[in-house]
Amino acid sequence: MYNSSDLRKGLKVEIDGQPWQIVEFDFCKPGKGLALYRTKLKNMITGNTMERTFRPNDRHAKPQLEERDQTYLYSTGEEYVFSDNSTFEETYISGDLLGDQVHFLVENAACKILYYNDLPLEVTLPIFIDKTIQYTEPGAKGDTATNTLKPAALDSGYEVQVPLWINEGDVIKIDTRTGEYSERVRKG
Amino acid sequence: MSVRAESLQLRASVYREIRGYLDSQGFCEVSTPVRVRIPALEDTIDAIPAGSWWLRTSPELHMKRLIQAGAERIYQLGPCFRAGEHGRRHRSEFCMLEFYEGNADYRDILRRTQGLFRHVSRALAVTEAAFWGSEWEVLTVEEAFRRYTHISAVQAVEQGDFDYLLVDRIERHLGVGRPTVLIDYPTKLAALARRSPQNPEVAERWELYANGLELANAYSELVDAGEQRARFEESASTRAHAGHEVYPLDEAFLGALEAGMPPTGGIAIGVDRLIMAMGKTDNIADTLAFPRE
Repeated sequence: MYNSSDLRKGLKVEIDGQPWQIVEFDFCKPGKGLALYRTKLKNMITGNTMERTFRPNDRHAKPQLEERDQTYLYSTGEEYVFSDNSTFEETYISGDLLGDQVHFLVENAACKILYYNDLPLEVTLPIFIDKTIQYTEPGAKGDTATNTLKPAALDSGYEVQVPLWINEGDVIKIDTRTGEYSERVRKG
Repeated sequence: MSVRAESLQLRASVYREIRGYLDSQGFCEVSTPVRVRIPALEDTIDAIPAGSWWLRTSPELHMKRLIQAGAERIYQLGPCFRAGEHGRRHRSEFCMLEFYEGNADYRDILRRTQGLFRHVSRALAVTEAAFWGSEWEVLTVEEAFRRYTHISAVQAVEQGDFDYLLVDRIERHLGVGRPTVLIDYPTKLAALARRSPQNPEVAERWELYANGLELANAYSELVDAGEQRARFEESASTRAHAGHEVYPLDEAFLGALEAGMPPTGGIAIGVDRLIMAMGKTDNIADTLAFPRE
């Protein structure tokens, strides 16, 4: 259990049998009154948000959350299959849950999946993954300016902004947290 | 000019206009001790220690002693300190404007406050001038609870839910489109206000709101020494019960009341919040020169 004084942005609490994450938090005290904590919470399953005010003496349950190491195996087309590193149990994750992350999945990537009572909530990919450029307009010869960018397509169809001197077939590093180009790994 | 420089200028202008207005109304600026032997005894306000003394949580008791001693209209603009208060609308160190007027009550203070806010908003030519110049909504606490909650204000006090409902259900509706004066608090929440002579259920206290933000707290001051002593003792026992440090009774202040004090009206205005309201920000940090210190 948490006390109200433990509440802060980012903390995960269980309310009415659902896991919620605090996305906004503010201390607040009406004139001559008691300290209160105003929060905005996001449901970790549905993504819905709500506002809640907590009292100093309120107690807050910790949701049963567990992060497990998993390896990405393959896609069935609709779902994405991961294998638990210790039990080898397979988990099928929907594209909806992954969102843009589907573009950054590479076979055998070491991932983490966060579960709430065995329900997968979110997948954390390796911070950097390597991807090959499928298509991009050729850059002008000798143009080494790094602050001008152009679009480039990955094999998954995802479009990323890259420096002008990157060419088709080049392998680049992408930051999966932002989905942005990080550096070139090798020339194609 | 950078944003920071603009906010410094706004604060300077607000100070200047506050002083200009109150000076023109015959108020005398005073300075009372910032480091005090005894902090005001209130249920939920904690003082920060300064050596074996304390930093003031408000200049209220000293200023009332000046009124008792014969000052008629006084004001003070300066820092106050409250332990453990930090958030988008709170800092442990903050700037307070207090003014007191002898032979006046909370309605007189309301007229003065309206004059002050109109003057400051016009002088700064903020677009909120129309907001401050409009007719203020005067809403009783009882009516606010009836309108926005499922229970009466008195029930809320009895259940210990008054502050919770105020913050969670009511405040967002206050000061929308025009300032709201939330007025006539249940006597249990009178703090240092006198009971209404017409209605003994309520105390003559009001708070000012703009866009859901509480800006000021005003009273017809309690000047009855016996009742003041009883309320201090009640607060002391509330604090002891809640495990908070219990400050001694301020006998110098009680002595002043015993010697006889005229009916007095007074108000405390959070100046940082006034600047928030004038500068259109919802974060007190935007009004401070050093928001992280």
